[in-house]
Amino acid sequence: MINKVVSGADAAISDIKDGDVLMLGGFGLCGIPENCISALVKKNVHNLTCISNNAGVDDFGIGLMLKQRQVKKMIASYVGENAEFERQLLSGELEVDLIPQGTLATRCLAAGYGMPAIFTPAGVGTEVAEGKEIRNFDGKDYLMEYAFDADFAIVKAWKGDTAGNLVFRATSRNFNPLMAMAGKVTIAEVEELVDAGELDPDHIHTPGIYVHRIFQGDGYEKRIEQRTVRKI
Amino acid sequence: MPLSKEEIAQRIAKEIKDGYYVNLGIGIPTLVANYIPKGINIVLQSENGLLGMGPFPIEGSEDADLINAGKQTITTLPGSSIFDSAMSFGMIRAQKVDLTILGAMEVSENGDIANWKIPGKMVKGMGGAMDLVASAKNIIVAMQHVNKAGESKLLPTCTLPLTGVRCIKKVVTELAVMDILPEGGFKLVERAAGVSIEFIQQSTLGKLVVEGDVPEMQLN
Repeated sequence: MINKVVSGADAAISDIKDGDVLMLGGFGLCGIPENCISALVKKNVHNLTCISNNAGVDDFGIGLMLKQRQVKKMIASYVGENAEFERQLLSGELEVDLIPQGTLATRCLAAGYGMPAIFTPAGVGTEVAEGKEIRNFDGKDYLMEYAFDADFAIVKAWKGDTAGNLVFRATSRNFNPLMAMAGKVTIAEVEELVDAGELDPDHIHTPGIYVHRIFQGDGYEKRIEQRTVRKI
Repeated sequence: MPLSKEEIAQRIAKEIKDGYYVNLGIGIPTLVANYIPKGINIVLQSENGLLGMGPFPIEGSEDADLINAGKQTITTLPGSSIFDSAMSFGMIRAQKVDLTILGAMEVSENGDIANWKIPGKMVKGMGGAMDLVASAKNIIVAMQHVNKAGESKLLPTCTLPLTGVRCIKKVVTELAVMDILPEGGFKLVERAAGVSIEFIQQSTLGKLVVEGDVPEMQLN
């Protein structure tokens, strides 16, 4: 079995350079690649295009990279909860492309499935449709949206093995397996790294063929954005 | 009396049928889950990748890996399932979800909806709203009939940037339940107890269609 293990986050992201296009998994702060984001902040690469559903909060997630002005362009579906993001957007320092969440997910899927484009009804008749090809199937209009083309996909899984197979936990799965399929180079950080053979092949969410580098992360904060509880 | 937000949610809950898969948006729609009638079994879909969403966790048992589309900590129920975001929007696009309930800033008489962007204000993004409205077969909008200045939010055409076109079937506000007719127009189906047809007419800038007697809403 091919061994995909690297020593840690710094080694995993060592060849990411200024101007690269990155995909980062997660929904809000749930399932984000915390270790790789810290390493990217430390490496201080600039002019990045980041494809991620959200842009973190001011002091966590992609927000840490925004604070250092490492991000040139953000492609996301929802970017609230981030004052620094808002400041950079209004001042024109940051370029933002807002796209429907299902379109974002399916453009990742298309890249991983080797399909150049998808057709979706999301955004028909809105400003999202401007400049895009429209096709009519059975009386309904659909927008053609292209598969993403990313230099690196950076994802977080619960468990992984040395062959790069990944298993996700609960709703921290979200965009992670889709982005894992979509990067030219895919980096996976996992909470628990095990030897090949220890994960049941029937339980793998992302087959190792999609994963180029894997390491066991540490110090996961797993911050909760909206802690809500029920009264007993 | 105009309905409270809770009462709007309570009225919408009566539209839910046994066996429905339902997606609830943020705001009033979330409250609908509190009023599901006894004996009605439904499954809530959260578009970040969960079917079978349960109530908020008991304090101390919050799980950072388990959240809803509003990023709130939640729980799963027996029979729930978890999947990635592409499958989540796949089941929405393929109309496997029976009912979508969401909020709106404006709805037009031909069923257009605007609920994601106000020009001049910081744009946060559409999230999953455009996917939901473009694909869902049955969408109910929960909204205020008029804004804080007393101006109608039910219009001939939306003034704000659109989220979707010709997609809304039913609107429930603090004043009324209305069906959007295929040929255009808000057909008044029910009115809030004690609210006159004239008052609803004054509060509706879009075309209001009134036929015969319009019964008062029953919440229970």
